[in-house]
Amino acid sequence: MADRMRSPLGQVYGLGSAREGAKEWWAMRLSSVALVPLALWWVAEIIGHAGAGYVEYRTWVANPPTAILLILTIVTTFYHTSHGVQEVIEDYVAHEGAKLAALVILRFACVVLAVAGVFSVLAIAFGH
Amino acid sequence: MSIVNRPLSPHLEVYKPQLTSLMSIFNRLTGLALTIGTVFFVWQLLAAASGPEEFAAFQGLAHSWIGIAALIGWTLSLFYHLVNGIRHLLWDAGWGFDLATTYLTGQLVIVATVVLTLLAWIVALIVWGAR
Repeated sequence: MADRMRSPLGQVYGLGSAREGAKEWWAMRLSSVALVPLALWWVAEIIGHAGAGYVEYRTWVANPPTAILLILTIVTTFYHTSHGVQEVIEDYVAHEGAKLAALVILRFACVVLAVAGVFSVLAIAFGH
Repeated sequence: MSIVNRPLSPHLEVYKPQLTSLMSIFNRLTGLALTIGTVFFVWQLLAAASGPEEFAAFQGLAHSWIGIAALIGWTLSLFYHLVNGIRHLLWDAGWGFDLATTYLTGQLVIVATVVLTLLAWIVALIVWGAR
């Protein structure tokens, strides 16, 4: 069945399964499991700090358990985002060049945003 | 080039929209919406690390009607993606694949999303009002 469905050209090009999708699948599941408690904590804290002023907000971020959980949430969120949006790009961007460009921009943006978030938490926590 | 007569899956448009397919699409849409939302939360942290004027400017934007509308969309997206994500994890574990359960959990996700969003806003407005 599998051989009958493959064209000779497709066989030469090595088209078909990339045989390395499992780690992408696992990355999404692992980050999903981690984000269930982290997202619940995060949204509860945002609600608890609705309308907070500058000093109150910074006092909250600087508290060690908050700072640690915020950094974990930021890193896990952008890891999950990076892989999630990658799936969407791979499904809907047909042009190979545009797809590659979008994936590169996505990865860079996720790393930049995660670093900016983590740095901000650390700067506030260390009293900058 | 040789032509192989592979069976083709019909395109999406020929199907009648179903709860299951729409919820799958919304899982992606809410994921994309949350991606945009996280950019703003990083902005808020950066503003808090930068200084009181920057933070006040961000809070001013967040408390404007556009900001509130975006936050309502964000909470709806977050709770939907979160609860539907748990539904996906249960499927991955092999549970709830039969049609009746799939529809039941789908309806539960929608109810939970609305209830959690309303609850979140009631508490948030009480907290906000008490300041």
